[in-house]
Amino acid sequence: MRPSTIWYILKQGFINIKRNGMFSVASVMTMAVCIFLFGTFYSIVVNVNHVTKIAEAQVPVTVFFEEGTTREQIEEVSDLIRKWPEVESVTYVSPDEGWDAFSQKLFPEGSAAATLFKDENPLENSANLQITMNTIERQNALVLYLNGLDHVRSVNQARQAADTLTNFNRILYYTSVIIIVILLLIAVFLIGNTIAVGISVRKEEIGIMKYIGATDRFVRAPFLLEGIVLGAVGAAIPLAALYFLYNQTIAYIAGQFTVYSGTVEMLDVKSVFQTLGPVGLVLGVGIGLSASYLVTKKHLWV
Amino acid sequence: MSTSMIDLVDVTKSYGKGLPAVSHVNLHVDKGEFVFIVGSSGSGKSTMIKLLLKELDQTSGSITVNGEQLDSMKHRKIPKYRRKLGVVFQDFRLLRDRNVYENVAFAQRVINLPTRVIRKRVPAVLQEVGLAEKYKSLPDELSGGEQQRVAIARALVNRPDLLLADEPTGNLDPKTSEEIMALLSQINRRGTTVLVVTHNREIVNAMKKRVVTMQNGVIISDEKEGEYHEA
Ligand SMILES: Nc1ncnc2c1ncn2[C@@H]1O[C@H](COP(=O)(O)OP(=O)(O)OP(=O)(O)O)[C@@H](O)[C@H]1O
Ligand SMILES: [Mg+2]
Repeated sequence: MRPSTIWYILKQGFINIKRNGMFSVASVMTMAVCIFLFGTFYSIVVNVNHVTKIAEAQVPVTVFFEEGTTREQIEEVSDLIRKWPEVESVTYVSPDEGWDAFSQKLFPEGSAAATLFKDENPLENSANLQITMNTIERQNALVLYLNGLDHVRSVNQARQAADTLTNFNRILYYTSVIIIVILLLIAVFLIGNTIAVGISVRKEEIGIMKYIGATDRFVRAPFLLEGIVLGAVGAAIPLAALYFLYNQTIAYIAGQFTVYSGTVEMLDVKSVFQTLGPVGLVLGVGIGLSASYLVTKKHLWV
Repeated sequence: MSTSMIDLVDVTKSYGKGLPAVSHVNLHVDKGEFVFIVGSSGSGKSTMIKLLLKELDQTSGSITVNGEQLDSMKHRKIPKYRRKLGVVFQDFRLLRDRNVYENVAFAQRVINLPTRVIRKRVPAVLQEVGLAEKYKSLPDELSGGEQQRVAIARALVNRPDLLLADEPTGNLDPKTSEEIMALLSQINRRGTTVLVVTHNREIVNAMKKRVVTMQNGVIISDEKEGEYHEA
């Protein structure tokens, strides 16, 4: 195509948008709401995922041993576990340490437990190994392996928190998919309508173009462009807003939960937007383009 | 090279049930001819123009224009075919928001011609139709006759082989109508084949051209240097 032709199509595309301003604004806004929700849900889902992973990795796998297992035998097991590349640390917790930690949790004042049990340790056989891993994916494999080892009585894999978060994520995921799909349909409808109005306003001009011998592509191009621009603007606005809001939220949460800053660490804005940005834009442009494609196909007999 | 511009062989066009708008029409027009098509309202004249433009497909029969067989023409070939035709209508069909120059240039822009060509060709064709001075005017600032000249300039700017005019003087007073017909005749003398649908009896009788008369979708007479017949 010639530069003059491209220029012509660009100009006509923007004239279309300006001519039916109200419709254009309405479709851009619907699109914006749609992409905004998409972005919000996406941010929440990836963060919950992220936190879940961290939480799972931070909860150690605990290995308890059969009665009478010696310290040396435990050390042997410990050495076996250390051979796993995914294992970050293996810590030996003696029965006394275990009891201290437990009683402190139970009776913060300390006196009650001390008086109750004096020097006896009710957790005589609670010597255990606490294993942390650097990746959660291999946890189940490790647990399986541990269960097969000699002297091992039981293995605790505390996934409770992780499961709750995963469930929450699933519900959020399905809800958001439904809402977003409905909004997408509305956006397609509105953009299609905007373009249909533009076509009807220019019916005469289109008729003349066809008599003169303009190709379907040429007649269609400004309207496709209109759809692309509406979609792109409708995506760019909420993405920019989300970028700003996300940064604010990270700052707020960091300030609010300094105590847990170890666990509640949100993904930084870059790692979220390197996916969300392109996906959001492609979604917007794709919707705009397909809406205008469908409408021009219907109204321009191409 | 064939000398034939239009060949209709047993062409019928029905819009639906009922009598066909064009019925078993045979018409041959040579390159360089000037032909009037006359006939009462509803006799099928505009339908015939639309068939020639490939705006409509005939129900049966065969149409060849300028060496192009229209029957089997693919949809995407139509634009290219139309670039060899010029069309003028009763209602001018100008773009109200664009001036005279832009209205004519439009016909070249939409077929992808470079600005360099447009800048040369548009003033020349405006000169040809006698509107060189008014190139900046908007359609609403022009008389009916002037508007039709703009439409003719637009039809001519791409140097068509065939000019089709459907009642080009239908909205014009007698004197202006004569001027427009004279312009069409002048265009014909320069080599363009011209087909004019008209109701203008005086002009048809005065110009002594070929006259094809239609009635109820049928050609009832076809005369060289003919007269306007009452249906
Ligand atoms: N789109 C259409 N759908 C159905 N019937 C049509 C359509 N266009 C034209 N007709 C019918 O076809 C017949 C011929 O119409 P056409 O427009 O060709 O006549 P015409 O000779 O141009 O008349 P006029 O001199 O009034 O312009 C008429 O009976 C008309 O009612
Ligand atoms: Mg007619």
